[in-house]
Amino acid sequence: MRLMVNGQERALPDGATVQALVCELGMAEGGRGVAVAVDGEVVPRSQWPESALRPGARVEVLTAVQGG
Amino acid sequence: MDDALIIAGRRFGSRLILGTGGFTNHEILARALAASETEMCTVALRRLDPGARGSILDVLDRAGVAVLPNTAGCFTARDAVTTAHLAREAFGTSWIKLEVIGDDRTLLPDAVELLAAAETLVDEDFVVLPYTTDDPVLARRLEDVGCAAVMPLGSPIGSGMGICNPYNLSIILERAGVPVVLDAGVGTASDAALALELGCDAVLCASAISRAQDPVAMARAVNLAVQAGALAGGAGRIPRRRYAEASTPEAGTPVFAPASTPAGNPAQASA
Repeated sequence: MRLMVNGQERALPDGATVQALVCELGMAEGGRGVAVAVDGEVVPRSQWPESALRPGARVEVLTAVQGG
Repeated sequence: MDDALIIAGRRFGSRLILGTGGFTNHEILARALAASETEMCTVALRRLDPGARGSILDVLDRAGVAVLPNTAGCFTARDAVTTAHLAREAFGTSWIKLEVIGDDRTLLPDAVELLAAAETLVDEDFVVLPYTTDDPVLARRLEDVGCAAVMPLGSPIGSGMGICNPYNLSIILERAGVPVVLDAGVGTASDAALALELGCDAVLCASAISRAQDPVAMARAVNLAVQAGALAGGAGRIPRRRYAEASTPEAGTPVFAPASTPAGNPAQASA
């Protein structure tokens, strides 16, 4: 399936979860400092393993950066 | 003024909150953190860059400072509230530096959106520290909806113009029942000292340190300025007057010869 991750189209296996995506992006298992929103809705960390992504979803995967 | 800063029941030994934006690399940030002796630093949330090396969180962890996420880049209450939710997930803290910007060029807060976002987040049990204008009415409204502190600007973000309206700031300080943190505008150490002398509880400083020629030296300078300002503010300054007031007593001044007063001076002054 294809979906938008951080503004770029990306292919993932059907039924891939938020957890799988976060791991594919190279984040550690705990994903500290990472937060995910799917179609504008925050997905709590505890739900990452069960949250299946849908084709066409807009996913934002965010992390800490320097900022005032 | 007590040595400790207390916000939402949490005690801080330092009255300097460090903004981490603008440091050229993590190593300089780490050294500036140490020199600043800060106990809380802001961070922002941005799209994950898989190629990025090292996390700022590791730097902050090693320094043992608390993380204060911000909502920088948000122009609406809705986006700011969503960003606060994401920050809570990412960092496991309900503390949020609430920024809702109204204008790209000045980066001044949007008062209407800011107040709406603050109210929502307070209802959701966030500890809300809003970046606000120096408008005393808005500061009071933010306090009334339950913000844990108010953080008025001295001048626009990154402008380094210091405290442009000390009168407004004084009015905010007179009325505030929560800590007042000067946020934005500090250009150098003396600006931070003035904020504390005026009665601010703390200063939040990023660019003045991170973009200084020598960020580590400036971090130490601002650290000391904040301490000096707090001490001076508590010590009570003398009033400003138009004319001099001699500190040496006039009594006992010797007279060496008559008519020794220079022409044009009606009286001999003692310095």
